[in-house]
Amino acid sequence: METATLTEKVAAKTIPIYIMGKKYEVPETLTIMKAMEHSGYQYIRGCGCRGGVCGACATVYRKAGDYKIYTGLACQTVVEPEMYLTQIPFYPANRAAYDFESAKPTAETVYELYPELFRCVACNSCTKVCPMDVEVLDYISALKRGDLTAAAEISFDCIQCGLCASRCMGEMAQYHMAQVARRLQGGKIAPKAEHLEKMCGEIDAGTFTDVLAEAKKMTVDELKKVYTERELEPHMGADEWTPASNFGLA
Amino acid sequence: MPYTPELKELIKIVEKTRPERVAKKRNGEEIPFLSLDERKKRLDFHPDFKTEGRRELKVGPSKGYGIAHEIADLLEAGSRVAPEKVNLSEPAYETDVLVIGGGGAGTSAAILASQHGAKVIMATKLRHGDANTMMAEGGIQAASKGHKDSPYYHYLDVMGGGHFTNVPELAETLVTSAPDAIRWLEHLGVNFTKKADGTLETIHGGGTSRKRMHYAADITGAEIMRTIRDEARNLADKIQVLEFSPAVELVLNEHGQCAGAVLYNMETQEYFVVKAKAVILATGGCGRLHIQGFMTTNHYGATADGIVLGYRAGVPVSFLHTVQYHPTGIVFPEQAEGILITEKFRGSGANLVNVEGNQFVNEREPRDVEAASIIKECVHDGLGVPTPTGRLGIWLDSPMIEDLAGEGTVKREFPGKYILYKRFDIDISKEPMLIYPTLHYQNGGLEFKETGETRVPGLFVAGEVGGGIHGANRLMGNSLLDIIVFGRIAGTSASAYIENGVKDGKLTLEHVVKYNAEVAKAGITDGRVAPAIIPNYTEAEVRSRQLTANYIGNVR
Repeated sequence: METATLTEKVAAKTIPIYIMGKKYEVPETLTIMKAMEHSGYQYIRGCGCRGGVCGACATVYRKAGDYKIYTGLACQTVVEPEMYLTQIPFYPANRAAYDFESAKPTAETVYELYPELFRCVACNSCTKVCPMDVEVLDYISALKRGDLTAAAEISFDCIQCGLCASRCMGEMAQYHMAQVARRLQGGKIAPKAEHLEKMCGEIDAGTFTDVLAEAKKMTVDELKKVYTERELEPHMGADEWTPASNFGLA
Repeated sequence: MPYTPELKELIKIVEKTRPERVAKKRNGEEIPFLSLDERKKRLDFHPDFKTEGRRELKVGPSKGYGIAHEIADLLEAGSRVAPEKVNLSEPAYETDVLVIGGGGAGTSAAILASQHGAKVIMATKLRHGDANTMMAEGGIQAASKGHKDSPYYHYLDVMGGGHFTNVPELAETLVTSAPDAIRWLEHLGVNFTKKADGTLETIHGGGTSRKRMHYAADITGAEIMRTIRDEARNLADKIQVLEFSPAVELVLNEHGQCAGAVLYNMETQEYFVVKAKAVILATGGCGRLHIQGFMTTNHYGATADGIVLGYRAGVPVSFLHTVQYHPTGIVFPEQAEGILITEKFRGSGANLVNVEGNQFVNEREPRDVEAASIIKECVHDGLGVPTPTGRLGIWLDSPMIEDLAGEGTVKREFPGKYILYKRFDIDISKEPMLIYPTLHYQNGGLEFKETGETRVPGLFVAGEVGGGIHGANRLMGNSLLDIIVFGRIAGTSASAYIENGVKDGKLTLEHVVKYNAEVAKAGITDGRVAPAIIPNYTEAEVRSRQLTANYIGNVR
């Protein structure tokens, strides 16, 4: 078991798939990414995290006799018989640079950067094509009505693969707009963490300098002792929990 | 694929013991943590302690140091390109700071260096942001809550997690810079999960004495990465990004200072030189070397390139004998093998249980202890859960979270993993996950100081490529922290170094010539080259038919 292997070594049944129209027989248990490697492709583009979050391996496919367009991430989608697929590792998209420091946390900021937002005809192609099941049209609608918070929340699982932009009738790059909304929400709309500011102040004031200097000087045995005796916050307890000893606190 | 009928039968055993385990969790009855002595014994089952897994280096500044064969193979290798072939007199680019690596550390470094007035080039192997940072899920540590926590307790936890071997100054810098790192990210617009009044939600991670894990749902790393990448893109006039252009060699100058790098355009197959006044190595780790054959959580480009480059230029490696295996990687369905299941599941109350439905370890031990316990349970004690292809795993009982925190919690708190499993027709709010340790993190790396400096003037290090902060084992949430803290420091230090005046000098690859000679002298004659750049996943059978294909190392 400790020599876990990368590709399946088990004699799995093979199925035909069509990579850019060309037929290959691949084990039916593989993802599209591993099936392409199994067929002899070596990735330079179109492969990133291999864990479904980076958005590098957007893939478009159809099935034989089916008019529909399907999408998925090559690293997450298991092959199917008679699948006709191609990856779209890059799709050009308009991105507007902006100065975040001076940007106002209002929808107008997004409108000025991306006036094409209003070219949206609500066709819903973006939502249909999203491999992450993000309700793209819903966040675009939220932006149109000026609700940055809703746009930030709805778009949260976006991996910026660009498939929405590839299908947009309004020729927009939805995911860049959502990025602006999320940053404005996180940095300027959501209330700041006051406790964080306070702690930064304590550190700057040198509150912990001495106690850390002591700790750094400790022998391993001394360190082990204070480590073992340190108080543990209960797992299921409330945030307000306070330790019995104030030692080492501000 | 969904669970097979056999696995569904085994899940019934987990369901049977669940109510009692939930009740215990509610009452705060936990399996006791192992004592330090017990931890030590348990670690005998950890892959780091398998002596046949490593060998002593024959060349370079850390000659004689025993590390994993897979990394040693790369350090005991020649250069990809003959140094005399590189035209150093006509650099394709000139800049102030060259950042090698486009993950969280490199991006933070680039932003800070540019803010201090430096002109920056960032060279990345994949796209900007396709990095392990993007994949980090669980959270980022910082002692942000003064009523119960402080950098002192964070320090103790870091040192204890690293088995008290960490470099104290690096650990101190990590914990004292942590709250400011979170504040910087909050300021840049990272959507941390918060209460209505702005209080940051925090939970425990393995080895934490206080709840100080901040998070953004279960895609903390992705949220951080896309935010700082967006900021770097806004600074495009100061930060030029060269994608699909990994560095294959550092360039020094006649004064022994680091003065640039040789990059490789993977698409046009050209090598070209970037001349810089300072270089920041932020190339990440080594998961795709599949040490000891383990599956990995890491991204496609995690091949330890930076270690090779820095080592050849004269920087020793430290703590590189320890590698972190994340306790919970997906072992079934196999399509998703190796993918990380965040520790936050355990932080939220999910037990680890064996094939008999029993707990065997507290689920919040430090990662190496947790991983060793799972390996012991499966391999040594025979209580693993068999998969259809004959592997072994342990149940991570995610439905407990629903029982503890209410229906819908799993979907809300772990949207990424919920969707991933749903694609395989598995509902993790109702069925547990089958997991096994997976190669996750390079604890060690290039030796460096808390300023980001290395022994080579002008060469700075940030993130996973460096060694010493985490000692022999890193705690959850300290890697996202490390890349932001030390990324920012490296960016600041590099620009300060430049401001203090860098002597211009003739560029040289003489260190590579010498290194190649040392490799040859050590009797290594199999023609191995490094850095690896990408892993080799071409089937041997296919390769046997590629009669005219030209592979340099793994790259075709």
